[in-house]
Amino acid sequence: METIKLVYPVEGGDLIEAGEASSKMKLTLKKLGLPQDVIRRASICMYEGEINMVIHADGGEAQVEVDSDQILIRMIDSGPGIPNVQQAMQEGFSTADSTARELGFGAGMGLPNMKRYSDEMTIDTVVGTGTTVTVKIKIPQ
Amino acid sequence: MTVQQLIASMNLTVFHLTDSQRAVTGGYVGDLLSWVMGRAGQDCAWLTIMSNQNVAAVALMADVSCVVLTEGVQPDEDLLRRAKEKSVTLLGTPLDTFTAACKLGQALN
Repeated sequence: METIKLVYPVEGGDLIEAGEASSKMKLTLKKLGLPQDVIRRASICMYEGEINMVIHADGGEAQVEVDSDQILIRMIDSGPGIPNVQQAMQEGFSTADSTARELGFGAGMGLPNMKRYSDEMTIDTVVGTGTTVTVKIKIPQ
Repeated sequence: MTVQQLIASMNLTVFHLTDSQRAVTGGYVGDLLSWVMGRAGQDCAWLTIMSNQNVAAVALMADVSCVVLTEGVQPDEDLLRRAKEKSVTLLGTPLDTFTAACKLGQALN
């Protein structure tokens, strides 16, 4: 399979409408005939990344590369960055505002969920510049 | 069991039905959406009192069989629209969440 590259803009500010990029990616992965569990894991990672971008970074861009071995998802934003990555990776730690919490988000599970459902995860962040979260989901052969 | 069998067994209200023959293999109860995303199993029935449209997106990503709004909660207009758009089965019950979870457990056994 040749590498398929997909790019999805993520709108900032509107948490109610969040999830469009993840929904579109999920549909594409289904059309590619990938295993259900792989699609589910990739979709959860992307959705959590999308929600994080909307809450913390006023949007950004999701880049997805699919080949026969793996799905690579890069969530790139120009937000405030993460001052303490170790703290942000702890389940239950959140800096989300009350609006996000009222909608059921801000449980401090976003990044931990991305780690839980991916095979590899890296966070590149610079305070004041932005954050790129990269996850890899392997496709069983 | 199937979604249709679950509807009959628990006498659930149908707000939107996508696939009546889809299997239901477990249950999950939760209102914190990221928590649900992290813990709910694929093909489970998700019991919640949250009724905003993000529920449909979470149900889609977590790949649950159906959402059951408990405690008589009605879906807001946007959730119903989103559930239809995303092909998410949305059900409801006037039962409190604990009783609904017990009935779901009995139905699954």
